[in-house]
Amino acid sequence: MLLGSALSWAGYDYIDISNPFLRKIPIAVPFFKTATINDAETQISSKAADLLSKTFEFTGYFKTIDRNAYLLAPNNSDIDSPNFRNWRSIGAELLITGGISVKNNSMEMELRLFDTFKEQLLIGKIYKGKINDQRKIIHRFCSEVIYLFSGNWGYFNSKIAFVSTGSGNKEIYICEFDGYNPKQITHDSNLTLSPAWSLNAKWIAYTSYARGKPDLYIRHLTEKRGAVVAKKGINSTPAWVPGKFLLAATLSFSGDQEIYLLTGTGKIIKRLTHKRGIDTSPAWSPEGKKIAFVSKRSGTPQIYIKEIDSGRIKRLTFEGRYNTQPSWSPKGDKIAYSAMKNDKSNICVINVDGSNLVQLTNNAGENESPSWAPSGSLIAFSSTREGPSRIYIMTAYGTDQRRLLTLPGEQTNPDWSPRVINN
Amino acid sequence: MKKKLWISLALLLVIPGLLFTVSCAKKAVKIEPSAVTEPSEEPAEEKVAEAPITAPTEEEAQVVAREVAEEEEKKKEEPIEEEKVEAVEEEKVEAVEEEKVEAVEDEEEKLEEIAAKNQFIYEDIYFEFDKSTLLPMAQDTLKKKAEYLFNNTYITAVIEGHCDERGTNEYNLALGDRRAESAKSFLVDLGILPTRLTTVSYGEERPVDPRHIREAWAKNRRAHFVIE
Repeated sequence: MLLGSALSWAGYDYIDISNPFLRKIPIAVPFFKTATINDAETQISSKAADLLSKTFEFTGYFKTIDRNAYLLAPNNSDIDSPNFRNWRSIGAELLITGGISVKNNSMEMELRLFDTFKEQLLIGKIYKGKINDQRKIIHRFCSEVIYLFSGNWGYFNSKIAFVSTGSGNKEIYICEFDGYNPKQITHDSNLTLSPAWSLNAKWIAYTSYARGKPDLYIRHLTEKRGAVVAKKGINSTPAWVPGKFLLAATLSFSGDQEIYLLTGTGKIIKRLTHKRGIDTSPAWSPEGKKIAFVSKRSGTPQIYIKEIDSGRIKRLTFEGRYNTQPSWSPKGDKIAYSAMKNDKSNICVINVDGSNLVQLTNNAGENESPSWAPSGSLIAFSSTREGPSRIYIMTAYGTDQRRLLTLPGEQTNPDWSPRVINN
Repeated sequence: MKKKLWISLALLLVIPGLLFTVSCAKKAVKIEPSAVTEPSEEPAEEKVAEAPITAPTEEEAQVVAREVAEEEEKKKEEPIEEEKVEAVEEEKVEAVEEEKVEAVEDEEEKLEEIAAKNQFIYEDIYFEFDKSTLLPMAQDTLKKKAEYLFNNTYITAVIEGHCDERGTNEYNLALGDRRAESAKSFLVDLGILPTRLTTVSYGEERPVDPRHIREAWAKNRRAHFVIE
């Protein structure tokens, strides 16, 4: 998973490879030091520090130490040379200090990451921006920290799309990776399903009944352009090829439900499945050379893997009689899916070679629709464990299952976007 | 003396002559009371003045005979006309009675049509879990739908395919598609033109019964017909 020992910093392994979430690293994030005592700065100081702690906790790798335990007030300490002994004594292995200075609408933020045991500065950055750029700046810093520890830039710029019924109909919504700032992006006043993000979260594809039947819409998020695939029958389950302006989808205009490869403008390039019976729900491997998909060819819905070039098909799931909604980890090694047994749905993860099947949820409500974070460390899914369906997040090992956000109506079918570069 | 003879001869000729020109043939037209219940127009009666007749001359006799013959002709025509009139009147009565009967039959037909249409719209066909094959009962229902479509050749319909809530939205969208197509092929095989039928899948998105129990699930696994 991680680039293992290569990442140990002078002999200290920050994150345990076997289960990085087992032991959470204690981290301290005191309020930021302010240049003056004006209101704007004090407010930002606490808000930013809180956001930083929350974001670190969101990753599942860290646990932040309660601020009540901190010994010194931020304005009384040096943010560039902290008293490491104090921090060690309250159990912090990592420390983040921050400094803020605000002038009119612009803001300067200094952020430093220290190893309290080695008494070393690991990362130090100065960011300049407007006051409203707080979140962006915090997220950028978090990306740096995660990259240092895991070799992976994480997901702090990514978004999650999902379906919600709050308006009275199923419409597509998007929010930031931590559930912040949800927005409704379709207003078809009919049924919309299965959102799917493209590279860089620029385009989104989804199925909509705007014209009275399930058609596939491919839409640019900010510019008003796109395409519609409205063939006879169903046009569903869009899945973008990683890094390309191509997508797979289920089309049934031929009389049978098959998976096709399409351009981002909705033109069919070729047909990918050829067996009678339902073939649906494609999910691409990270290099875009294989798809996992659902097929009923052996009598019950199961997950298969097809190598596009050679055409070889291999069955992946053999346990249970109903396995659907595959999602391929961006790390390439595992596939998450929904497994239904005795009318109950749970999220399972299996290695791409079929080994090591693990059930991650435990019959708390119906758990469906898994979608990996671009880092491959977290999984979003929908769960009815609290009654109405909500979007949940958990680590790749099934730990730290928590709700992402709560909106009116029911939320289902999350899709986690790829990282957004050049935010 | 000769003058008086001529005058009396003249008188002898003129007076009877006058008499004969004045008297006409007798015409008597009779109207029989007909079987028509409704008052209908009666042919005009012709009344003829009768004048006392003295012994006819031969010429007059011929005239009379001719007129009598014409009279007889007319008499023959009139009953025929009368018959025609009667017949027309009878027809009118029958027509009205038929209209009433037809009106009743029309009502019955309309009710039957409405019943057939309702059956077409409200009777759904049902499926087993995760299947799109047609059970015998489904096939029987589809045969009735085919009959309705045969009897109403101007109608086109949409066949909706639905699933219960178990399983995933994407898979159920495909399954609903198969169920709708399954019903359509059966009807096409029975002879319905495929262009008259469109299919739409709604997957698990439009249940008729939102409860989370088996009974509800069974009702939701259906194909439903809508007249366009």
